[in-house]
Amino acid sequence: MSTDLLEEAARLRRGLPDDVGDRIVESLYTDATRLAETSVDRDGAASRLTVDRALDRVLTHRVWGFLAMGVLFFGVFWFTIAGAAVPSDLLYVLLVENGHAWLRDGFAAVGAPWWVTGLLVDGVYLATAWVIAVMLPPMAIFFPLFTLLEDFGYLPRVAFNLDRLFARAGAHGKQSLTMMMGYGCNAAGVTATRIIDSRRERLIAIITNNFSICNGRWPTLILMGTIFVGAVVPPALAGLVAAGAVIAVVILGIGVTLAVSWALSRTVLRGESSVYSLELPPYRPPRVLRTLWTSIIDRTFKVLRRAVVMAAPAGAVIWLVGNVHLGDASVAGHLVTALGPLGWVMGLNGVILLAYLVAVPANEIIIPTIVMLTLTLGAPVAGAAPGVMLDLGDDAQIGTVLVTTGGWTLLTAVNLMIFTLLHHPCSTTVLTIWHETRSVRWTTVATLLPLGLGFVVCASVAGVVRLLGA
Amino acid sequence: MATPLPTPGVGRTPEPPDAGGACASCALAPEATRLARLGLDPGRYSHVVALAGNPNTGKSTVFNALTGLRQHVGNWAGKTVARAEGGFSYGGVGYRIVDLPGTYSLLSASADEDVARDVLLFGRPDVTVVVVDATRLERNLPLVLQVRQITGRVVVALNLVDEARRHGITVDVRHLARELGVPVVATAARRGEGLPDLLAAIEQVATTDDPPPPLRLVHRDPELERAVATLADQVAARFPTLPNTRWVALRLLEGDPGIEAAVRDGSLGDLAAPPPGTVEAAG
Repeated sequence: MSTDLLEEAARLRRGLPDDVGDRIVESLYTDATRLAETSVDRDGAASRLTVDRALDRVLTHRVWGFLAMGVLFFGVFWFTIAGAAVPSDLLYVLLVENGHAWLRDGFAAVGAPWWVTGLLVDGVYLATAWVIAVMLPPMAIFFPLFTLLEDFGYLPRVAFNLDRLFARAGAHGKQSLTMMMGYGCNAAGVTATRIIDSRRERLIAIITNNFSICNGRWPTLILMGTIFVGAVVPPALAGLVAAGAVIAVVILGIGVTLAVSWALSRTVLRGESSVYSLELPPYRPPRVLRTLWTSIIDRTFKVLRRAVVMAAPAGAVIWLVGNVHLGDASVAGHLVTALGPLGWVMGLNGVILLAYLVAVPANEIIIPTIVMLTLTLGAPVAGAAPGVMLDLGDDAQIGTVLVTTGGWTLLTAVNLMIFTLLHHPCSTTVLTIWHETRSVRWTTVATLLPLGLGFVVCASVAGVVRLLGA
Repeated sequence: MATPLPTPGVGRTPEPPDAGGACASCALAPEATRLARLGLDPGRYSHVVALAGNPNTGKSTVFNALTGLRQHVGNWAGKTVARAEGGFSYGGVGYRIVDLPGTYSLLSASADEDVARDVLLFGRPDVTVVVVDATRLERNLPLVLQVRQITGRVVVALNLVDEARRHGITVDVRHLARELGVPVVATAARRGEGLPDLLAAIEQVATTDDPPPPLRLVHRDPELERAVATLADQVAARFPTLPNTRWVALRLLEGDPGIEAAVRDGSLGDLAAPPPGTVEAAG
């Protein structure tokens, strides 16, 4: 009986022109337009809206739009790097230098066994204190600035500017929006791809979302840019060059996103490009205080909490692999030796690769893990008891330790920045990708493709630099 | 018996917002003291309110103002892709509020439109609040008209009137309300302006026993109009108590797979029962 209804519908549909769907929509929009025209009085509207139009003329211009984009983001990073230095130092002194010493003294006073002190104070506490000192200041500056740009209505303009490029890469224009989401969190970016209706284009957006640098990875880039790249120029220019290095990685990420989208849409994910309309919202004066509040609560603390939750057990793992000995070396020592050759080929080292293994759950803890492993394994540094991490005063000292103990060069730092962009997504993102695609195959592709790219790019850079240097 | 909203094929947002207390900074008029924000825990509720609207109309701001939650609000389309839920109590009566993804239409072209349509059609909320942007009404009205074709239990929140004022745009609220046959409330949710009126309108629509019938849009194309009328009669014959037969007929003419499935398995008939109304239900 109910199928009769469907047959009747099909019969009637055959009697109608093919574009019945379009006609229905058209009729709806005609009614909407009539209703809007009779309800709205736009007295003086033209004159006031021109501010928006004038701004858009610049910010979405073919040339000026990209220039403005560069200047704005450059400003945000420079401000973050320059502003984070002083509070970062303070946190180091408070949490890492003094806090760690006090805790050690306290544990010694109550007569705790050496391994309890090691596991809890040198492992769990130090890793956590590190993450807070490294991450809190830049995040507390970067997120509010980014959120202000977002509230102002700037992000859709970025999407608009990039739209042309995405269309040429065979991807959906809305991918530029999900990419913007990815700059906060890749898991959120992957979920946001639901706004893309075609499965083909949605898969492209999911696979390439990892090339947007997420919350967890910004601190690594900013720190590497500051202590290595910024250090090769005179101090007056250091901040600018450091910000430039971070921007370069962001641009590389956009380039890789477009290249991978292009390659996918011409091979395994071939098909038509969808048409869509992107609405540019009016510019709204951001409500500064509320934005500061929500971006500190929603973003900064959420990310920091996640980092701390991940850092505490990671600290224990680092201490354990550094202090449990098998034969003549610690577990970490064996692993680093085993990963060494691969690390060398990639212009990195075994410690960095081991850190990426330990930090699979969260990218946030990469730098603390690397530094702690370097110090645990490296040649004894004056003042450091074996297996105990040295208390470091500031960013410059991290650099000194990595260079003298870890044997780092500028190449190591640059390749770490590249690898930060091009490696597997964090475990949360991988789970989200599986949840959204329900496909083991595409989840695997989305996980291994960036890792493979990272290997190829890092190894190529290392090879070229070594050839030129030799 | 209250009908729980069906869970469409997508999950919640990965990170539910932290439940917040009452929003101290919202400047609500004194009469809004009848409002108690229940955050994520609506407790026992009597009415279900769905929040629909185009992307970037301030839907999430309205949601936050009503529930006291602090979901991040972004100034760009597509911020809310999954649906968020919260609750509030007004005049001692509990309301559960479902924030739908922002969509331009209910034509089911993408996953987010599907979510919105399924909740409106199969969830049969007691009130659907359509949040529209007063500065770009012509782009927002197609969605309002589509929602009105499905149900008469609608309140239109004409949001961002402060921005419209700044741009010299005036919207004739009474004319709009007359044409749509449902309450239209001017609001500026960012400042809490108009929220008391919005709450009163929600209460009125939620408790009325006699909502206006679904909107009947006559198509100027005689061929199409004839087909719709014929099919609508048949839909009415098959599902005698279904209120929105013309809208269903339109979807069937388009070959909408979701509606066809609902006809085939008879679930469209379940929609014919009167909405849950004032029945008490556990949250």
